[in-house]
Amino acid sequence: MIRFDDLSLAIHGTPILRGVTLEIPAGRIVGLVGESGSGKSMTALSLMGLLPDGAETAGAACLDAENLLQATEARMCGIRGNEIGMIFQEPMTALNPVQTIGDQVAETLLIHNAAGRAEARAIARDRLDRVGLSHIGMDRFPHELSGGQRQRVCIAAAIALHPRLLIADEPTTALDVTTQAQILDLLKGIVAEENMALLLITHDLAVVSGMADAVAVMKDGEIVEQGPTAEVLTARRHPYTRALFEASSHAPDRDGRDPQAPVLEVENVLRLYPGPRKGFTRGDPVRAVDGVSFALRRGESLGLVGESGCGKSTLTRAVLGLDPVQGGRIALNGGAVDVHMPKARRAAIQVVFQDPYGSFNPRWRVDRIVAEPFHLFETRPPDWRAQVAAMLEAVGLSASDMEKYPHEFSGGQRQRIAIARALVTKPDVLVLDEAVSALDVRVRAQILDLLADLQGRFHLSYLFISHDLTVVRAITDRVMVMRAGKIVEEGATDAVFNAPSHPYTRALLEAAPVLEVAS
Amino acid sequence: MLRYLLGRLLSLSLSLAAASLVIFLVIEVIPGDPASYMLGLNATEETVAALRADLGLDGTRTERYFDWVGGMLTGDFGTSYTYRVPVAELVADRLWVSLPLAAIALLLSTALAFPLGTLAAATRGRVTDYGIMGATQLGIAVPNFWFAMLLVLVFAITLQWFSAGGFPGWSDPLAALKALTLPAVALALPQASILARVMRSALLDTLGQDYIRTARAKGLSRRQAVLRHALRNALIPALTIIGLQFSFLLAGAIIIENVFFLPGLGRLIFQGITQRDLIVVESVTMLLVFAVILVTFLVDIAYAAVDPRLRTR
Repeated sequence: MIRFDDLSLAIHGTPILRGVTLEIPAGRIVGLVGESGSGKSMTALSLMGLLPDGAETAGAACLDAENLLQATEARMCGIRGNEIGMIFQEPMTALNPVQTIGDQVAETLLIHNAAGRAEARAIARDRLDRVGLSHIGMDRFPHELSGGQRQRVCIAAAIALHPRLLIADEPTTALDVTTQAQILDLLKGIVAEENMALLLITHDLAVVSGMADAVAVMKDGEIVEQGPTAEVLTARRHPYTRALFEASSHAPDRDGRDPQAPVLEVENVLRLYPGPRKGFTRGDPVRAVDGVSFALRRGESLGLVGESGCGKSTLTRAVLGLDPVQGGRIALNGGAVDVHMPKARRAAIQVVFQDPYGSFNPRWRVDRIVAEPFHLFETRPPDWRAQVAAMLEAVGLSASDMEKYPHEFSGGQRQRIAIARALVTKPDVLVLDEAVSALDVRVRAQILDLLADLQGRFHLSYLFISHDLTVVRAITDRVMVMRAGKIVEEGATDAVFNAPSHPYTRALLEAAPVLEVAS
Repeated sequence: MLRYLLGRLLSLSLSLAAASLVIFLVIEVIPGDPASYMLGLNATEETVAALRADLGLDGTRTERYFDWVGGMLTGDFGTSYTYRVPVAELVADRLWVSLPLAAIALLLSTALAFPLGTLAAATRGRVTDYGIMGATQLGIAVPNFWFAMLLVLVFAITLQWFSAGGFPGWSDPLAALKALTLPAVALALPQASILARVMRSALLDTLGQDYIRTARAKGLSRRQAVLRHALRNALIPALTIIGLQFSFLLAGAIIIENVFFLPGLGRLIFQGITQRDLIVVESVTMLLVFAVILVTFLVDIAYAAVDPRLRTR
């Protein structure tokens, strides 16, 4: 049994955890829920003895009667991977790229002297079979596998020695919904089969509600509420739990609009990538976007959903006039969209990406960042500073923020700056490419409200690209489902979500975790 | 993997062809006629013309280019204008000094740099790290001929373990190796300093990767994680530097060759340039280009051996 007893943690003097008390009984699944920076991962790393430099702990993190905070490093090396296994969020980078997957699973056994080389490989093969990779050879390298398959390899390595506790830190956050459902099923199955305890760390209440026996809600390094999952999610005694719950199913108020003339027309667009090499020639080109047609009307929100690799991003780049198309046509307000389109037309279609910090020059002040799209005009308007200030206020920041640098803002505020930058040229179309996917639920709810409000005020049309079905449902009028370069289903959002006609849409909707609690 | 190799080989041949053309043209436009240079100011035009014909300098450019390339392909590099001996012979003698010198220096530098760089990365921010970083900073800053003089002073003059210069030839391999030791050390120290710093920063990069965290969660100690997972991933930048260093050491040892009176390639090419012995300059340059391209090819193969992701490209 695992027990955290009044665990506190400070890193270089900054308090991170305060009096965390939590029990993980053998064979049970405990969900640890909270927003980013709440201390979820640090709680797990305290138990693993893998805290960053400068960490000071108080209290206890116990495996049976042994306080692991006091254990020597050698003792911890014996416990990690043997008594406690752990998997992480990013399966794409969690495996060593230059070692075969078989070696990486077998390593867990070899490190703990649990088996000889041949036996370790046999066990590794068996574990890989167990996680559903029986068709994948032991000598494959991580880059030859998909994200879901890599996460399965990580699980195989983590459970190779039948640990008593498996810690899964946001194990499915980086994965598509259908893959997420499979990985969660797999974890559930393994835990039941091996009588293993599972500490499931996630920001997603829906994931916990379908999996965990008990749940603990964490905020600012403290557990604010814990108990049996059904009870916590139904009673929602703590205001923070309530806020999280409401935010995760938040749908902004949007005024009904009558369909108007189309602003953006996409007709039969084809995007080809060079095919895989075959000797010194190439195979058939890959049809990344294959005959896609749609129209976005003025004042409308159109959703585009699909899993990674379906062609969403390629289509987005074509719509923004960043890449040439190999067939079909794209028109914005009747003018052709392509790589060479006039700057004025470019100013009419702007974009907000997932990671605002990555798209800001860290050495620029906010005024310069927001004013940058003005280069699309012949001359910068003389009152540009006033326009930037007005736009910052429109997105809920203040004019004085113009003097600051991006690092002085939180993730949600940065996304507001990105929206201000996109709107400063008064575009007709705003492309939102996973624009709220990296945000915590409460911040996400605020940004969705802001987007709904701005749409009404500036008569904007949104092309809303996301893998998150809940968000798309909350903010779009119509939705398109994309798979393998094609739009497989399209229609009014409610109709598609309530009565999907294409089997793929049905599969997507079924895979999405649902926060099902009697309220 | 085979396709990767074939692709690399193709690019190697194309680079060589392009390089030969560039070298030939550059040498062509350099002012100064070797024949008149050799005969001095008082030579008559007839004698110069006769010598030009004798040296094979009288054909058209195209003819001379193909003569030169064709000759090199069959091992005939032409005859040196000044020494009046086949260039191939001249180069071969010098190569027997320069090649072992470069190889020993590179071996030394790698053998020093890998452990030092790894140790510095493993003890990041502690005294050992600062010590190693300080020493390598010094190693880069101080010119290698100064090291060379210091080495001569200590090991040749004071201790008398090695001779201060000259090369006895390979008839006595031990004496030859002994003669190359001090120059190799002098060459290796700055190179080792650079390589150690590259190794350290490459290792620190890989130590911050997610797969190191995964390895630690499996129960590997810090040291095991470095040795089993970080080291091989850090090799790619180190290999790049090693490739560059070998090319540099082969021809760039001219100062060290002078300090130790070694008959190496660097000195040969220097003499060739000052004496307008263009055929020697051309051939040695081509040889060096060939060496550099060959080393690049080997480094490419080493990349693929280290990193499976490159094999499928």
